[in-house]
Amino acid sequence: MIRIIAVKLLQAVPVILIISILAFLLLSLLPGDPAVIIAGEQASPAAIAHVREQLGLDRPYVEQIAIWLFNLAHGNFGASLILNQSVLSAVGERLPVTLSLAALSLSFTIPTGVFLGSLAACYRRRWIDAAVMTIALLGVSVPAFWVAILGVVLFSVRLGWVPSSGFVPLSKGIGPWFASMVLPALILSLFQIGFLARMTRAAMLDVLSQDYIRTARAKGMSEWQTVGKHALRNALIMIITTAGILLSAAIGGSVIIEQVFALPGIGRMVVQAIMARDYPLVQGTMLILGFAFVIINLFADVLYSLADPRVRHE
Amino acid sequence: MAEPLLSIRNLQVQFRAEAGWVTAVDDVSLEVGERDCVGIVGESGSGKSVTALSILKLHDPATTRMPCGTIQYQGADLLRAGGAALRRIRGGEIAMIFQDPMSSLNPVLTIADQIGETLRRHQGLTEAAARKRVVELLALVRISDAARRADDYPHRLSGGMRQRVMIAMAIACRPRLLIADEPTTALDVTVQAQVLELLRELRRELGMSVILITHDLGVIAEFAERVVVMYAGRVVEQAPVDDLFRRPVHPYTMGLIDAVPKLDGDAARLTMIPGRIPGPQEDIPGCRFNPRCALAQASCRVAPPSMLALNALQSARCPPRVAALGAQHG
Repeated sequence: MIRIIAVKLLQAVPVILIISILAFLLLSLLPGDPAVIIAGEQASPAAIAHVREQLGLDRPYVEQIAIWLFNLAHGNFGASLILNQSVLSAVGERLPVTLSLAALSLSFTIPTGVFLGSLAACYRRRWIDAAVMTIALLGVSVPAFWVAILGVVLFSVRLGWVPSSGFVPLSKGIGPWFASMVLPALILSLFQIGFLARMTRAAMLDVLSQDYIRTARAKGMSEWQTVGKHALRNALIMIITTAGILLSAAIGGSVIIEQVFALPGIGRMVVQAIMARDYPLVQGTMLILGFAFVIINLFADVLYSLADPRVRHE
Repeated sequence: MAEPLLSIRNLQVQFRAEAGWVTAVDDVSLEVGERDCVGIVGESGSGKSVTALSILKLHDPATTRMPCGTIQYQGADLLRAGGAALRRIRGGEIAMIFQDPMSSLNPVLTIADQIGETLRRHQGLTEAAARKRVVELLALVRISDAARRADDYPHRLSGGMRQRVMIAMAIACRPRLLIADEPTTALDVTVQAQVLELLRELRRELGMSVILITHDLGVIAEFAERVVVMYAGRVVEQAPVDDLFRRPVHPYTMGLIDAVPKLDGDAARLTMIPGRIPGPQEDIPGCRFNPRCALAQASCRVAPPSMLALNALQSARCPPRVAALGAQHG
């Protein structure tokens, strides 16, 4: 197990390096002179020259990359132009919001999606299957902003169960935090449940047609044991993969939910940064999200080897 | 013969196809006595595995139906049994091993877990007691270093070892009937002989009845006491094994026996049955073998023949041959 983690960590090194260089290249891919863009259209030539020097843009390319990587290695991700703080602290402030949103929504999604997908597979081509797949299709196809607005109208305005927007950190107590997060998390999980249920159904249908399922039945195992133990254990690989994708997507892409519920998360910040052409912030966020995805994948790889002895013994 | 252990009567099995239901097995009747060993032989597509799977109702209920027939086991009709009663019989009273030991074991569970859960299920053993019994069972099926092997996963074992594990799993609860569906087909020839020998010994030690399904007449000759020959979803002949080889009645059985290579003969004597086995959706009037049969008469193309007894032990689904042989022996 430790060997697998070590190997995967080593494999992650070049990936992180490539992500870092790509993030750097973002600046040079911009149309025009980055120094002009950063300093602003109306800036004086002296100010532009100052920015250029500050960012090291007057130096040779290779040297720029080397400096960029050197800074990264020392935890210096640059400073935001609009927020008056370092990229690292800007991201660090908002990451917990996004992470708790992603974690809470996945904690709804994984049990529900796996259960619904397995149920549909077991009752394939019957009305339960049709019902689950219809719900799943609705989940993936109904736009999140529409459900979000409906949710706010119903649960916040009409029923008054939860606040309509805003974020309460976990440090202010688990109850208020949960109240501020439950609705956005549920709405985010609608899409996720639809996606995971479909993937689980496909994986379970494949597994349920395998010979060893027939063996389990021939041994006198109950349907519950056959599906819950023999089949689900084999479908786990697919479920882990899908959950990893969903987690990555939730961290990088909950922009609309964060916007509707005024949650100060990463997605919202990136949109603001892009609108304001705050390139160091975009760059730094891209980089940190890239690292996050690498870690999620590493985690998924470890889970694979726990789920499947054939992976473990490779 | 006393009350048979298992008695299949007029079994019909149909599968769902695009154009409605097709009949894969029709009018199959056979009996298995206590400590009996019945071989079912036929080409692929003859319905022998379909028949075997019906005994434990292992077909997918969404795509399979058994509109007529009964399978009597200890006074109950297995085809009408459901839920708990059926699960008590599966693995406990009647166990089954399958053709492909590579895919028949669950890849993510240990050997000990897969054999042990049968023991926990049917005999209510605790985890520890089940494990101890698993090691004994592995030793019984001649797996060396059984205690260590118990904790292995299937992908660490060879094909022959996996089939031994399947056998250990099947005999774990001392079933009264073992159904072995082509148990040696996927194995190397030398391993085949070992597995057959193991099955023979276990049958004697445990006193269980066996249904052995195979396409290999050599295996039948070595192992079975009585033989059921199937062709295109129907039983075409039933006989004690010696009688079948000495005096096959049905032309299909004769063809099968002629198609077995003989060590004393020359290669030119090796014959084959012309044509191919019809699919279940093909409509053949009369006897389903008649297009391939050298002895076919006009009457063979009219009405589907029924099983006719030549004597108390041997019967065949071929009226002309039964009549001819019956006259000969008077």
